[in-house]
Amino acid sequence: MSPALAGWLQVGLLLVALGVCWRPLGDYIARVVTSASHWRAERGLYRVMGVDPAADQQWGAYLRSMLAFSAISVLFLYGMLRLQHYLLLSLGMPDVPPALAWNTAASFTTNTNWQNYSGESTLGYLVQMSGLAVQNFLSAAVGIAVAVALVRGFIRSRTGTLGNFWVDLTRVTIRVLLPLAIIGGLVLAAGGVVDNFTSPHTISTLTGGHQAMVGGPVASQEVIKEMGNNGGGFFNANSAHPFENPSPFTNLFEIFLILVIPFALTRTFGAMVKDKRQGYALLAIMAILWLASVAGVTFFEAQHAGQAAQAAHAAMEGKEVRFGIPGSSLFAASTTVTSTGAVNSFHDSFTPFGGGIVLFNMMMGEVVPGGVGAGLYGILILAIITVFVGGLMVGRTPEYIGKKIRPAEMKYAALYILTTPAIVLFFAALSIALSGPRASILNPGPHGLTEIMYAFTSMANNNGSAFAGLTTATTWYNTTGGIAMLLGRFAPQIFALALAGSLARQQAVPASAGTMPTHRLLFVGMVIGVILIIVGLTFFPALALGPFAEGLH
Amino acid sequence: MSRMPSFIRQHLAGLRVLIVLTVITGVAYPLLVFGIAQVGFHHQANGSMVSYQGKVAGSSLLCQEFTGAKGNPLPQYFQPRPSNAVNPDSKTGYGCDPGFSGASNLGPNNAELTKTIKQRRAEVATFNGVTPASVPPDAVTASGSGLDPDISPQYAYLQVNRVARARHAGPAAIRALVSHHITGRAIGFLGEPGVDVLTLNIALNQKFPAGR
Repeated sequence: MSPALAGWLQVGLLLVALGVCWRPLGDYIARVVTSASHWRAERGLYRVMGVDPAADQQWGAYLRSMLAFSAISVLFLYGMLRLQHYLLLSLGMPDVPPALAWNTAASFTTNTNWQNYSGESTLGYLVQMSGLAVQNFLSAAVGIAVAVALVRGFIRSRTGTLGNFWVDLTRVTIRVLLPLAIIGGLVLAAGGVVDNFTSPHTISTLTGGHQAMVGGPVASQEVIKEMGNNGGGFFNANSAHPFENPSPFTNLFEIFLILVIPFALTRTFGAMVKDKRQGYALLAIMAILWLASVAGVTFFEAQHAGQAAQAAHAAMEGKEVRFGIPGSSLFAASTTVTSTGAVNSFHDSFTPFGGGIVLFNMMMGEVVPGGVGAGLYGILILAIITVFVGGLMVGRTPEYIGKKIRPAEMKYAALYILTTPAIVLFFAALSIALSGPRASILNPGPHGLTEIMYAFTSMANNNGSAFAGLTTATTWYNTTGGIAMLLGRFAPQIFALALAGSLARQQAVPASAGTMPTHRLLFVGMVIGVILIIVGLTFFPALALGPFAEGLH
Repeated sequence: MSRMPSFIRQHLAGLRVLIVLTVITGVAYPLLVFGIAQVGFHHQANGSMVSYQGKVAGSSLLCQEFTGAKGNPLPQYFQPRPSNAVNPDSKTGYGCDPGFSGASNLGPNNAELTKTIKQRRAEVATFNGVTPASVPPDAVTASGSGLDPDISPQYAYLQVNRVARARHAGPAAIRALVSHHITGRAIGFLGEPGVDVLTLNIALNQKFPAGR
């Protein structure tokens, strides 16, 4: 069988698996976030937490709870990293220095998981398991909570309330993420992902040499790292490391985990707004752009343009034999259209256009299907912008899901769309302009510009993958990266919740003959057009000087 | 409690929620998965270690260097891919060090990488007595992890004659051993075929001990 055919059969199997899970998982999440009753165990937890689960929060209160929780999370993680030396299972690793601890705490709390450290030589097991992996769960749950709050803005009317943040956070963690993580973690362990508490030690090799042997509670962290779209590897090599991703089967399973919740949330949306067709439309937008980028990356990697790749007869630098070109390209496309950022091959060594597409994937703002939760609220904002553009064309007040899109709503949507590109371009421009940060570039020429663009696109969009040749373990990148990640996460979330509050206060308007249908193919095409035009207008100059200049040379 | 400013109250609630959820997702959950994995999947959970002559010889998931004292490749062993998992503080410069997993991150047009690849192609061709054009891509490129346990079947077959000479064995027998150790695509289409170098070399030591 040719690698290409095998590669497409692999995509086919993935599509079947995602298709089978889409409806039950989406409906289940909808039930979890709409159910009026609390589990007995949850009631107990709420008492210990000291929160009132019955309180229905205005958007401002929901936002303040979310921000307070995230601020505490950053501080808590920062403290653990700074005091690592005193913790259990530290494996003798020293305290993490301040700039790196700041970057890492911001990174994991914002669901980015950008890593300026190498796990196996920086962190002990307790910090990984009870610090970082906890944020893998909770930052994902926060994303889903914000998405659900925005959907409630559409389905509620003449009320300012959006639900209870603490209840959403707890339920999504306990009822959705935790059971799936237990099952998935065991599947990975069965497939060869290590899970032990053995301290690093030395073994004798076959020829009598010495080799360091590493371990850790990896399987339990690996599953939530993929499923929560976090992406922070236990080891430096991330999902290329055989202890994180040992076989073609675990590879496909991890790609499945990356995509399953973001896609299923479109079903959750359809179920919550009681119009399943709306969920199908969003699913179609996401699936089309995801498959297009899988095809694109696979094509360019198989073509192996570039002097080095040509000299090697294939683009195998930075890729594993067991995954090959198809398995690496599928992973790369899937990890960048979601906000995961885990890698099973190293994007810096991808061909100019293959690497350009994974950069473009992140520039789309992580919406196809995007991060867990973040993808849904992102695509809803783009849908609003699309009905606005449609409204301009025919001269009617735009509507979406029974709510009028008035100037107030449009302002929040526009702010949402502009924030992340502004952060990316501001910090990337500064890093290019200043000689110190510029010296971090590894590869000369246009590829070096792409390295810096990639870094800030990844951080501001909370992806976390890297053109890892760029030396980012510096005070500059640690500090500015931390700021970019926090702004890129919380500013859009503030606008999304403000928009939700504004929508929830409105009276619902019944659909009329003049309402633009938002479940048809025309709308799907228009949203795709809006996404591509926004990315094109914003980033074309940078893409032209980076991947295009290198690829067309 | 109610007299406290709401700003502080929110953050205190956040701290309590974080602690409760940390106990659940950061202590109970990983210990549960660890416990079940250790009982149910003991071999995998501990690194899929393999033995030779009753002694642990490494993990079948991680590559090893098969080099002599001066760092030159030993002809009697199948050689893994080039590796960037190198301890920067060590003097040997050996790859395949699990303490330092990682890739070169050199770009597709990087002149330094192009030069390295051409150099490796010449070295592999000379070492195995084959034409440079026949050297497959995985033999001249470093993997993403630096710990890739596999080589392509082409690279394994390319090394057969050299290994056979060093072990005073018939090339056909060595070739048959390689064929036996090829892992095909899982369920017919997942991943790419490969040969696990460590398990192949262990089998080689067992069946063709001459020249060890």
